Amino acid sequence: MNPMEAMRMEEEKLLRTDRLPHVWCPGCGIGIVLNAFLRAFIKSKMDPNKLVMVSGIGCTGRTAGYVNVDSFHTTHGRAIPFAVGIKFARPDLNVVVFSGDGDLFAIGGNHFVNAARRNHDLLVIAVNNFTYGMTGGQHGPTTPTGAYTTTTPYGNPDRPFNIPHLAISLGAPYVARWTTYHVMQLQNSIYHALHRKGFRVIEIISQCPTVYGRRNDMKTPLEMMHYLQKYSYRKDDATFEEMELTYNGKIVVGVFRDVQGIPTYEERYEEIIRRAQK
Amino acid sequence: MKPGYYFWSGDIAAAEGAIAAGCRFYAGYPITPSSEIAERMALRLPQVGGKFIEMEDEIGSIAAIIGASWTGKKVMTATAGPGVSLMNENIGLAAMTEVPLVVVNAMRGAPSTGLPTLIGQGDLMQAKWGSHGSYEIISLYPDSVQETFDLMIDAFNYAEKYRVPVIYLIDGMLAHMYEKIYVPPEDDIVRIERKRPTTPPEETLIYKADDDLVPPMPRIGEGYRIHASGLTHNEKGYPELTPEAQEKLVRRLNDKIRKHAEEIWKVEEYKTEDADVIVVAMGSESRSVRFAIELARKEGIKAGMLRLITIWPFPYKFIEKYDVPYIVAEINYGQIYHKVREYARKVELLPKMGGAIHKPEEILRAIRRMI
Repeated sequence: MNPMEAMRMEEEKLLRTDRLPHVWCPGCGIGIVLNAFLRAFIKSKMDPNKLVMVSGIGCTGRTAGYVNVDSFHTTHGRAIPFAVGIKFARPDLNVVVFSGDGDLFAIGGNHFVNAARRNHDLLVIAVNNFTYGMTGGQHGPTTPTGAYTTTTPYGNPDRPFNIPHLAISLGAPYVARWTTYHVMQLQNSIYHALHRKGFRVIEIISQCPTVYGRRNDMKTPLEMMHYLQKYSYRKDDATFEEMELTYNGKIVVGVFRDVQGIPTYEERYEEIIRRAQK
Repeated sequence: MKPGYYFWSGDIAAAEGAIAAGCRFYAGYPITPSSEIAERMALRLPQVGGKFIEMEDEIGSIAAIIGASWTGKKVMTATAGPGVSLMNENIGLAAMTEVPLVVVNAMRGAPSTGLPTLIGQGDLMQAKWGSHGSYEIISLYPDSVQETFDLMIDAFNYAEKYRVPVIYLIDGMLAHMYEKIYVPPEDDIVRIERKRPTTPPEETLIYKADDDLVPPMPRIGEGYRIHASGLTHNEKGYPELTPEAQEKLVRRLNDKIRKHAEEIWKVEEYKTEDADVIVVAMGSESRSVRFAIELARKEGIKAGMLRLITIWPFPYKFIEKYDVPYIVAEINYGQIYHKVREYARKVELLPKMGGAIHKPEEILRAIRRMI
């Protein structure tokens, strides 16, 4: 068996193949991100019985349901605090939040900033497709200014989140951004992040041709991929200004922060228990 | 705590009762008049190897305890009406995914910010109907500091036994009132643990219920590889978005409580055997009603009281049992009154908008009017 086939078999063990076909549209980027995650996880040789996947609501929110591990499809915006409860109660579990930009940064924004501030030991895979896909393509907290969506028919007057800037400002020890074009870099980055501790954030710019691309001059998945390929460049020491995303503009990718040794909330609480029991 | 006598507030008794019941995880957000529960838990839980976390809001608090409950821990949060309003979406998630947990609501004057430091009983309907859809929860409501401790053991036991959220109502008066309380020896406390699957993971359907309509609950991290979703799901836990799956699931979620209602009901029947008029009351309000019953009996009026300890599922058979006129004395503009009216021949509402309980004389006048 060649290594590709072997990897495929390993991946299928981690998927609920009895739930296929999945709900995602043809050309969607979420599957690419899930694939990268599964390959990184397999490569890490970590125990799948200790892996917990938590998703919120939305297209990316469906991810947890397809992964054959302990997995939760929670309420809109609440994947992070749900995961916090699991991790804090059972620090030996490997807890991954896999959700979308609207879920994590609009309705769930308060949980993101506070969980990052407390440095819970969670890996957050944030798929950013610039829109609310499940509900039909409304603008969200990451839609670039000027973009056309079903609720910004004259162009988006709103300003998008600069997610890496936000995460770094909160002290998150690992912050990276990739696109679905950067399959190998993304996979390596997830592998790397799985071996780090603390609140780790990986933003993935992903294509949604069905409801976003077609309103913004990128009607096909291929056109969206071309955009991600042509306009992205790697710069690990990018400034916060460079990390900003603009309408059909440049996308800076890379590992913007990777520091070790910051105690996690879970570690700090162990000390609290020691003090209380003295 | 060591067995013996203590001088505690209702809030402290709620926290200590929870710890005695086996609660080892608390996530919460401060709000008057429940904040002392969080303070007590922050102090006490790490002493017993438990975990306390102050979250960014009530929505996060309940999300965290639902997650923690799946690790096998007994979990709780405490708040007041405004906090329950925020938690309601996830109370629905806990009902739908059958997660044992306890939410304490120290009821204050409402609506909105209302009277933060003063009593209210305006959240009785919210406890049952707060989240969207048809679902059942269990709600209990003590009337003294001692009962706040004792009944908390039942609250956790019900949550574990039926895999359901328990809304533990106290009120602003009870939360802050200090009374002498007896903590029983460890051996006298009966704790129920949730059922766990006895079959290996590959043979286990995580939402397949036993005859009691309650499915055994696996712990995460043990190879069961569960999937829990707020979507309508089948016995495997997989989303199944059909009327048939909805019928089967939602019917069972309701029936598992309705069919055990008589085991869950707790009602104090105070001088009701010979009563010509019965006052229905709950929580701190019942203390004034008890006094009014004595005043009425001195006047020769045979009055009694039904004190509802279980609020939900509503203990309607106790109302049906007596063919007498009822008065419902509650600190709101008519909530449990409507439930009593479903089962009684004649009912009068004695409302108070909030901030205080009725004076015994006010209740006595209502009793006189009914005779």
